[in-house]
Amino acid sequence: MNANFSAFLYLVSGVLFITALRGLSHPTTSRKGNIYGMIGMGIAIVTTLLLAKPTFGGFLLIVLGLAIGGGAGAVIARRIAMTSMPQLVAAFHSLVGLAAVMVAAAAMHAPESFGIGAIGDIHPQALVEMSLGVAIGAITFTGSIIAFLKLDGRMSGKPILLAGRHVCNAVFAIALVVLVIMLVGTQSTTVFWLIVALSLALGVLLIIPIGGADMPVVVSMLNSYSGWAAAGIGFTLGNLALIVTGALVGSSGAILSYIMCKGMNRSFISVILGGFGGGAAAAAADDGVSRTVKQGSADDAAFLMSNASKVIIVPGYGMAVAQAQHSLREIGDQLRAAGVDVKYAIHPVAGRMPGHMNVLLAEANVPYDDVFELEDINSEFAQADIAYVIGANDVTNPAARDDKTSPIYGMPILDVDKAKTCLFVKRSLGSGYAGIDNTLFYKDGTMMLLGDAKKVTEDIVKAMAH
Amino acid sequence: MANDALNKALEGLDHALIAVRQAADSVPDVAAVAGALAHGATGGAIDPFIFQLAIFALAIFVGYYVVWSVTPALHTPLMAVTNAISSVIVVGALLAVGISASGLAAGFGFVALLLASVNIFGGFLVTQRMLAMYKKKEK
Repeated sequence: MNANFSAFLYLVSGVLFITALRGLSHPTTSRKGNIYGMIGMGIAIVTTLLLAKPTFGGFLLIVLGLAIGGGAGAVIARRIAMTSMPQLVAAFHSLVGLAAVMVAAAAMHAPESFGIGAIGDIHPQALVEMSLGVAIGAITFTGSIIAFLKLDGRMSGKPILLAGRHVCNAVFAIALVVLVIMLVGTQSTTVFWLIVALSLALGVLLIIPIGGADMPVVVSMLNSYSGWAAAGIGFTLGNLALIVTGALVGSSGAILSYIMCKGMNRSFISVILGGFGGGAAAAAADDGVSRTVKQGSADDAAFLMSNASKVIIVPGYGMAVAQAQHSLREIGDQLRAAGVDVKYAIHPVAGRMPGHMNVLLAEANVPYDDVFELEDINSEFAQADIAYVIGANDVTNPAARDDKTSPIYGMPILDVDKAKTCLFVKRSLGSGYAGIDNTLFYKDGTMMLLGDAKKVTEDIVKAMAH
Repeated sequence: MANDALNKALEGLDHALIAVRQAADSVPDVAAVAGALAHGATGGAIDPFIFQLAIFALAIFVGYYVVWSVTPALHTPLMAVTNAISSVIVVGALLAVGISASGLAAGFGFVALLLASVNIFGGFLVTQRMLAMYKKKEK
C-alpha cells in the first residue's frame, strides 16, 4: 500500500478516536461514540496488515495473537463485576505499559522492519523517542500493578514510606537521563534493558507511598502515563494514529487527575509525594469531650423516609464494597411510588475512580437524570427532609467546610448536615479512609444506622413494605 | 474557392497546433518551478518530525477540549475507552510480528500483540457494557 494512503488511513482512525471521546459528552450519544472507536481501531489494524504484507506464517501468528488476547479480553469484559471497575482499569493500564515496552524491544532488535535504521545504526532521534516511550511504559506497567494490588485489597491501602525515597527517586530519574544519552551513543541493547529495569523499579517506588484515599488520582494519572507512552512509540514509528491517540489519552488522564485533586482539595504534587490516607486513623483519638451519638433502627429510618417529601441519597465507596446499589434502588422506587422526591448526589471523588458511583447506580437501573453532581445538588440539601448517606464518609464531613484545623479543610463536601435529618449508614463509628473523625456523627440531626450497608438497606426496604 | 478556404482552415489549424505545443512545452516548466518553490518553502527544509510534533501538539488541545466536555457521570467509561484506544499500539506489534527478520523481535511483538488485543477487546466491550446500562427516566 502507498505510504501516503496508509498515513491518511491512520489519520482517519485518529479522528474516529476523537469522535469516540466526543460521544461521551452525553449518555445518548456515547454508545455511537464507542462504535466509532471500534471502527477506528479496525481501520488501524487492517491498514497495518496491508502495509506490512506479512508472510502466511506471520499472518497466522497475528490471527492467533488477536484471537487469544481478544478472547481473554472479551471474557474479562463480560464477567467483571461493576464494583471491580477500578482494579480492571488499573490492570488494563499495566497491559498497555508492558505492550509499549515490548514494541520498543522489538524495534530495538529489528529496527529495519520499523524503518528507523539498522542494528547498531538506529537514528538517534528514534532512540530518544523510543526510550521515552519505553521508560514511561515500564513505569506505567509496574505502577499500575501496585495500584491494582491496592485497589483489589491484595495489598494494604496504607502508604509505604521508605526512608529517603525522594532522594532515591531523584537519583533514579537522573540515572534514566544518563542511560538515554548512553543509549544514543552506544546503541547497546544492554543499556536499553537497563532503562527498562530502572523504569520498572521507579514505577513501584512512585506508587507505593500513595495512600488508598488518593487512588482515584493514581488511576487517572496512570491513564495519562499510558497515553504518553503510546505517543512516544508513535513518534518512533512515525504513526499518526498512535501520536493522536497518545495525545488524547495523555490529556484525558491529566484532566481527570486534575478533577480528582480538586475534589479533594489536594495539589497534584502532594499526591505524587504520597503518604496521605489509610494509616493515620488513630490520630483522631478522643479529646476527652464526651460526645453522644444518636443511633436508630431500620424501622426508624423507614418511618422517617416514608414521611418525608424530599430524600437525597449520597452513595460512597462503602456502597460498592457491600454491593448495596440494588437494594438502594428499591428504596428509591418505593419512596417514589409513595410520591417522595428522590435524588442521588455524587461527590467527584466518591469511590475509587472517577465516575465509579454513576456506573454502579446505572447498573442498578437508576436513571441517569436522577443522579446529580455536587455543584448541581448541594443547594438542595437545605430543602431536603432526609439525606441518606450510604458508604460515604469524608466527603460529607462538615469539618472540611468549618474547621480550619482539619487536615481536609477546604475540600468540597456534600452539605448533608443541612438536611433536616441525616441518616448515616456505617459499619462502625470509626473514622473514614482519610483517617479523620467525622463531626457529622455528633450533630443533633444525625441518626446513625450501624451495620453492613446492604443489610441495613434491605432491612429498610422490608420495614417500608409493612 | 473551396480549396482556398480549406487551405486557410488548415493553416489556422497548424497555428493552433503550434500554440498548443508551445503551451504544453511550457507546462512542465511551470510545474517544476512551482515544485521547487514549494520544496524551498517546506519540503526539504522541514523534518517530518516537526509535522508529527505539530499534530501531537494540536491533538493535545483537541483532547483537552473534548475531555472537558465529557459529562462527569461518564468518567469511568471514559477511562475504559481511552484505555482501549491507547491499545492502538498494536500497530507496532503487528509490524514486529509481520515483517521482522529477527525471531527475537517477532517474539516481543507477539507478546505485545497478545497484551494489546486483551486491551482492545476488553476495553471496548466493557465500555459497551457500561454504556448500555445508562438509562433515561421512564416518563
